[in-house]
Amino acid sequence: MEKNYYVCTGCGLLCDDIEVESEKDKVNKVYTACRIGVAHMKETRGEAKFLVDNKPVDEATAINEAASILKNARNPLIFGLGTSTNETQKIAIELAKKINATLDDPSSFCLGPLAEALIQDKLKTCTLDDVRNKADVIIYWGTDPSDSHPRQLSKHSYFPRGSEKQRGWEEERTAIAIDVRKSHTAKICGNYFFQIPPKGDTEFIDALIAGLSGKLPKTSYNYPPKKILELANILKGAKFGVIFVGRGLIYSLENLEPLFKLMKILNEKANFHLIPMIGNYNTMGFNENLFAETGYVNSVKFENGTVKHGPEYSIVESLKAKTVDAAIIIGSDPLSILPRSIAKNMLEIPVISLDHCETLTSKHAKVYVNTAISGVESGGTAIRMDGVKVNFEPVIETNNPSDEVILKKIMEAL
Amino acid sequence: MTNAMELYQMLPKTNCKKCGKTSCMAFAVALMARELTPEDCPPLKEESKYKENYEKISEIFKPSEGATETGLIVHEELCFGCGNCVVACPPNVANDPYGVGSGNAPKNVNKLVLTIEDGVVKAQNLEECRRFGKNKILCNGCIVTCPVEAIEFV
Repeated sequence: MEKNYYVCTGCGLLCDDIEVESEKDKVNKVYTACRIGVAHMKETRGEAKFLVDNKPVDEATAINEAASILKNARNPLIFGLGTSTNETQKIAIELAKKINATLDDPSSFCLGPLAEALIQDKLKTCTLDDVRNKADVIIYWGTDPSDSHPRQLSKHSYFPRGSEKQRGWEEERTAIAIDVRKSHTAKICGNYFFQIPPKGDTEFIDALIAGLSGKLPKTSYNYPPKKILELANILKGAKFGVIFVGRGLIYSLENLEPLFKLMKILNEKANFHLIPMIGNYNTMGFNENLFAETGYVNSVKFENGTVKHGPEYSIVESLKAKTVDAAIIIGSDPLSILPRSIAKNMLEIPVISLDHCETLTSKHAKVYVNTAISGVESGGTAIRMDGVKVNFEPVIETNNPSDEVILKKIMEAL
Repeated sequence: MTNAMELYQMLPKTNCKKCGKTSCMAFAVALMARELTPEDCPPLKEESKYKENYEKISEIFKPSEGATETGLIVHEELCFGCGNCVVACPPNVANDPYGVGSGNAPKNVNKLVLTIEDGVVKAQNLEECRRFGKNKILCNGCIVTCPVEAIEFV
C-alpha cells in the first residue's frame, strides 16, 4: 500500500515523510516527526477569530479596519512571512508595492547576509540530499540542530545511509561541532567538538586557514595549535565536506569576508559546501522571491515604483528611528523576539497581526486575524533551507482562512 | 552504569557459597548478567551489618523492574524525537535499509525496534534488538547517538 506522506512545516527542514492519523479537523497521531513537528501539527484549534482592539468582530470589519490602517499610513511596515508560503509572500510583495511599504523579514537580523551570498552564487552550496548521499565531513558551526532542527542529523546529515555512504556514520562520516558551548549536537560529535570563546570565530577561522596552509595556527585565546592542525588535516582529507552555518557564527562575524576566505581555501585543498541553518520554514523562500523581484533579499522600501534598500529599512532600524507609522506582521512575533528598547516603539503604532497562534504581538495588535496554520490547514509551496522547492498539501480541512486569503482580501479592500 | 567489581566491593566477600556460586566475585558477575538477584545472597539479605550495602545494591537493580526484556528504558520526558537512535539502530537498518536506514519514514514498521510516535521514541519488537536472546551483544547504537540520554539499558 502506498502511504500518504505529509510535509512538516515546523522548521526549515520541511521533512516530507510524515505520517498522520487525523479526523476531519483534528490531528490525532503523528509518526516520524520530531517533537517540534508534532506540536506544530497538533496545534489546531476551533474556529478562526477576528479581533479588533481585542474584541471579536466579523471578518469584513477586521479586513476593513486593517485596510484603513494601511491606507492612512504614510510608511507602513510589512514584516514576518518566514512561516508563509511562496504564494503568500508574492502577494505581500505586491501589497508592499501598492502601499509604498517597508518590507522586511527575520533574515535581516538572522542569516540574511548568508542567504544573499548563496542566492548570488558567491558560495558553493549543495542540497541536503547530496549531503546524505555523499558527505564525509560535516561541520556544525555556531548551530545546534539537535535542538533547533531535531531531524537534521538523523534524516539528512550524519546518521543516514546514502547512496555513496552505505556504511553509515561510524565508518564513513565525521561530524565536527564548533560552538561556544557544549550543545546537544556537540555531544554527539564527541572528540571533534571545538569550543571557542564568544566572538572568537574570526580568529578561529584565521587560525584554521593558517593550519590549512601549513603555518602555525595562533589565536589570542591560546587555542591548542595541535587541535586546530588536527581539524585542518581532517578538512583537507574531505571528499565532500559540508559546513552548516548557524546564527552563532554569523552574529560573531563583522562581515562574511572570513567565511569567503575559508571556503576559498577549503575548496582549493578539498571539496566543501555551505548550507545555512534557517529556522523558519520559508525564510529562504522570502529571500529568493524578493531577490527575484527587487534584487535584494530583505530590508527594502518601495516608493512609487522604485525600490530602496539598506539597513535603515530593516525592522530593527526602522522601529528604532520610528520611520514607520503602521505595521502588518504576518506569522511572526517581533514584540517577543526583538530587544525591548526597540520593540516598545511598536506599541506606539497601529499593528495588524496575522498569525495562527496568539502571540505577544497579536495581543497588542489593533487588528488580529487568527489564520490557518500554513502546512497543516493550508497548502502551498516553500523553499527548504538548501534551496529545494517543496510542495505541500493541507493535512486537515478547516474553514480557517489562510494568510494568503486574508492578504488578498486586504488588497481588494484597498 | 555499574560494573561487577563495584558490586563485588559491596558484597560480604566471604565466599560462603550459600548462593550456589563458587565465590562472591562469581556472584557479582551473575548479578550483572541478571541471572541472580541481590536476594539470592543470604548473608547480604539477612545480616544487619550488610544492611546498608544490601539497600544500595537493591537500589541499583531497582530500575530494571520497569524495563523491557532487553533492559531498555526510554525516558519519554527527555526524548524530543530527533530519531538518531532509529536511524543508527543496526537491526533497524538491516530490516529497513531504504526506510529508516536512509533517514526516511519507516517502510517496514513490523520489524523495527525503535520508531518515533508523536515525537517520542517507542521501543517495540524487542526480539530484534541485538541485546535480546542467547547470542546477545552489548550493542549501544541507540545510547551513544542520543543527545539527551533518553535511552538507557539497565
